[in-house]
Amino acid sequence: MVRATGKHTLGMVRELGDFALFTLRSFGDAPKSRRLGRRIVRSFFEQGVRCLPVVMIVGLFTGLVLGLQGYHVLNKFGSEGLLGTLVSLSLVREMGPVLAALMLVGQAGSALAAEIGIQRNSEQIAALEMMGVSSHGYLVAPRLIAALIVFPMQAAIFVAVGLWGGSLSGSLLLGLEPGVYWSAVERAVQSEDVRECFLKAATFGLLTTGLCAYYGFNADRSHTVTGARAVSAATTHAVVLSSIVVLAADYVITSFLVRI
Amino acid sequence: MSELHDAPLLEVSGLRKRFGDNVVLDGTSLSVKRGSLVTVLGRSGSGKSVFLKCLGGVITPDDGAIRFDGREQRADDRAARADFRRRSSFLFQGNALFDSLTALENVALPLEQTTDMKDREIRERSLEALSQLELEKHRDHYPSQLSGGMQKRLALARAIVTRPELVLFDEPTAGLDPLRRNAVFAMIAAYQRQFHFTALVVTHDVPEALAASDHVALLDNGRMCFEGTPQDFAASDNSVVRGFRDSASVLAETLAAIRRGEAASSDES
Repeated sequence: MVRATGKHTLGMVRELGDFALFTLRSFGDAPKSRRLGRRIVRSFFEQGVRCLPVVMIVGLFTGLVLGLQGYHVLNKFGSEGLLGTLVSLSLVREMGPVLAALMLVGQAGSALAAEIGIQRNSEQIAALEMMGVSSHGYLVAPRLIAALIVFPMQAAIFVAVGLWGGSLSGSLLLGLEPGVYWSAVERAVQSEDVRECFLKAATFGLLTTGLCAYYGFNADRSHTVTGARAVSAATTHAVVLSSIVVLAADYVITSFLVRI
Repeated sequence: MSELHDAPLLEVSGLRKRFGDNVVLDGTSLSVKRGSLVTVLGRSGSGKSVFLKCLGGVITPDDGAIRFDGREQRADDRAARADFRRRSSFLFQGNALFDSLTALENVALPLEQTTDMKDREIRERSLEALSQLELEKHRDHYPSQLSGGMQKRLALARAIVTRPELVLFDEPTAGLDPLRRNAVFAMIAAYQRQFHFTALVVTHDVPEALAASDHVALLDNGRMCFEGTPQDFAASDNSVVRGFRDSASVLAETLAAIRRGEAASSDES
């Protein structure tokens, strides 16, 4: 029992170190990769434009539900005027970066893990290395750099649409004065909140994109499954772990930045 | 000068590689002359691909020495590895084409990433390579839109676009019918002469290899049990060579014995 726990822990520590080296090497090899800008733009399109509809839809419904629930709770205390504060702080500090990241993991992250896994299986990565091209710099670096920009951007869009959703429920459906809602939003959100939102989103982007690329890249390491099943297992593992990491990192960052 | 020209381009000595308890290469040695077409024969699972991947640096050998143009290739000598990769190409068994890139983009990739050439030069050189392999009409097609033979030619176009001195071919005819096998070997031999590169091919297709190669080696139990010209191979008394070379007649004899046995049992009944 103790031996198994120790072995498992050592394995996790080794994998963590391996992941850190993988991410560092990807950034380190980025300058060696030529025409990097073009591939960053392509990654920007894959993570940004393609995922925009799902981020907006989830943002809208999150705002609608927050507005609905928040109004009824605050109404009990005669504080409906604070609905804008509740919706905006919930979205900016927590729900915006976390839910946008989870949506991006589900769509762009899974696609990334599967794509790199297939490239590993079909020897495309070996072919790159044989050509003298760094596969880390060519395949992973543009995705990581794009994620550092796209995740905060998507979080901002999520928050903006969510605030609008909150206003739809609060004002249009439940009769709260729109001016009251939006002035509460304006008063509540400080620049530190926006900074926290972007910091979280960028961290989630780096961690989840790195993890998805890492598991896809090492899809051939599995000792239990091979071929298409190994790619499928790597993709599932990448998405599940990335989702957990988003929530765990959110807790860690919040505990460092928490204010009264 | 002639001594320099006669010196082998690639020298492998005492290469060893094992995966767990499975010893795949057990002191494999080979010498490849500049400008020649050398074929390494061997049964399926004899370690031919592992041997080639060790040479290409895709797999790190446990022991042994690999010298390219007189310079030893060690895992820790990045400059030597970079020099080898710049001057060589590898044609994978499954072609390893980038399925998200068009034929033109696939061929342009090594030039884009490893040279300082301008976009226009890269495009011209890539189109030239596609044209030499009669693929210019398919430049905007993705690999999945091409036939197996076209994919093989595209992989070869990508391999030669950097004008390498050495091209390593991993089972280029695997899974092809006899006519296509002949065509692929003819293509390798023709382009090897046209572009003056040294070719090292691993395969288990004996007749095609004997017809196209300058030099043949046979890998068995992790060692080269035969090395020589195709004529030497055809005349060799080596038991492994005989088994490999005469596999068709052995099969005919076995089938004849089975038929004789069936005839005898039907007579008895």
